[in-house]
Amino acid sequence: MTKAFRWLWFAATAAVLANGFRIAMYVVPEDVNQGEISRILYYHVPSWSGMGTFFALNLLCSVAYLAFRNSRSALADKADALAVASAEMGVVYCLIGMVTGSLWGRAAWGIWWTWDARLTTTLVLWLIYVAYLLLRRFTGGAQMKTLSAVMAIFGFADVPIVYMSTRWWRTQHPAPVFFGGPNSGLDPSMLPALFWNLAGWLMWGVFVVSLRYSAERRHQRAEQQAAAAALEAA
Amino acid sequence: MKRPYFLLHLLKDLRLEWRSRDAINAMLFFALLVVVIFSLAFDPTRSVARQISGPVLCVAILFAAVSALNQAWARELRHAVLDAQRMTPAPASSLFLGKVLANFLFVSVIELILAPLFTIFYNLHPLGNAWLLLVAVPLGTWAILINGTFFAALSIRSRNRELLLPLILFPIFMPALLGMVLAISAVLSGETDPMLWIKMLAGYDVIFTTISLLMFEIVLHAED
Repeated sequence: MTKAFRWLWFAATAAVLANGFRIAMYVVPEDVNQGEISRILYYHVPSWSGMGTFFALNLLCSVAYLAFRNSRSALADKADALAVASAEMGVVYCLIGMVTGSLWGRAAWGIWWTWDARLTTTLVLWLIYVAYLLLRRFTGGAQMKTLSAVMAIFGFADVPIVYMSTRWWRTQHPAPVFFGGPNSGLDPSMLPALFWNLAGWLMWGVFVVSLRYSAERRHQRAEQQAAAAALEAA
Repeated sequence: MKRPYFLLHLLKDLRLEWRSRDAINAMLFFALLVVVIFSLAFDPTRSVARQISGPVLCVAILFAAVSALNQAWARELRHAVLDAQRMTPAPASSLFLGKVLANFLFVSVIELILAPLFTIFYNLHPLGNAWLLLVAVPLGTWAILINGTFFAALSIRSRNRELLLPLILFPIFMPALLGMVLAISAVLSGETDPMLWIKMLAGYDVIFTTISLLMFEIVLHAED
């Protein structure tokens, strides 16, 4: 049942993504000032919204894990599996966002990277969540779930501070290359391409997260069975 | 009169350190090495000295603190002291606060010794209001130690804790590093006003002190 639903979901995702590609590349007009390179926006923006969604989900699951870990451990385990799946997905989206942004920056600004507030914040955010995943890898057992949930809360609390600090940093030393990115409003004729890709990439993220979630659940069950078997043998 | 628990923890840590002086000696020499290494790598001639001395000082303190923080909790693991701490009626946050205060005092001692050395090595005379350094540097140090002590406790039971601590501390610490470096540079160069960064550091300290104190109990009892 789940398997059939997952295949259906995958097919729908592929269809939406294909249509999104068609509209973004062939239907909507190119940008007046930037030309064809502006079309990368339709992949850049969805990756940011995907990143925001999954990092927020990670925080939610981490808090849920801490709240339920003693009273309802089965629910807490599910929350932990979803937390790791969404953190990994968020890191992937963050990386895609930085790479697409970098490609656009090379064409529009002539440089791959600039230490502007938004870019720096994103990089630090990416580093925080990679650290979170490393912590999960380096610690073991039940305490790993608790510790990583604590780390997730720390990381999320840090994000607004990083953003404010880098913004103040850069307003004091303005970077000459950065003037009004693509965010100064989008022509309505381009919106369909954005919406199709937003939907498609979010669906793709949900698909991958569901796969990763069930893999993590299976891993948890295997660990529990091994622990039970060891107890019986003793 | 009964002394508060965190004071007892602080006094115990100070007494332990006074007997061995391991952490202070190691940190002091390590920080000195970082300063010398950076000086050799960057060749601090007079004009650049003012620009790079603030960052070098911050990075030296950060690295020195990390090298000592790994030991701060490892000391408690011997003879299962940490397990005993877990069973005491004292709140977990007071154990944490005592440890942070002790480490803060150790690092402050290092800074007091390094400051004159720094002035000589880099030929510094601050152009801004030098007294503000007495606010900016302790605030930045507190930012390192509140998070560093917390994450050291968090990574103590991992497979390779010495490796893990900097990996999880540095990303979280980055905004505070930015604030500390820019506040020090502003005071040294006298070109901009460091108050914005001092306020930001204060905000960072308040936020993370609160979160750490609230969550330390979860970390201490993570194995249960």
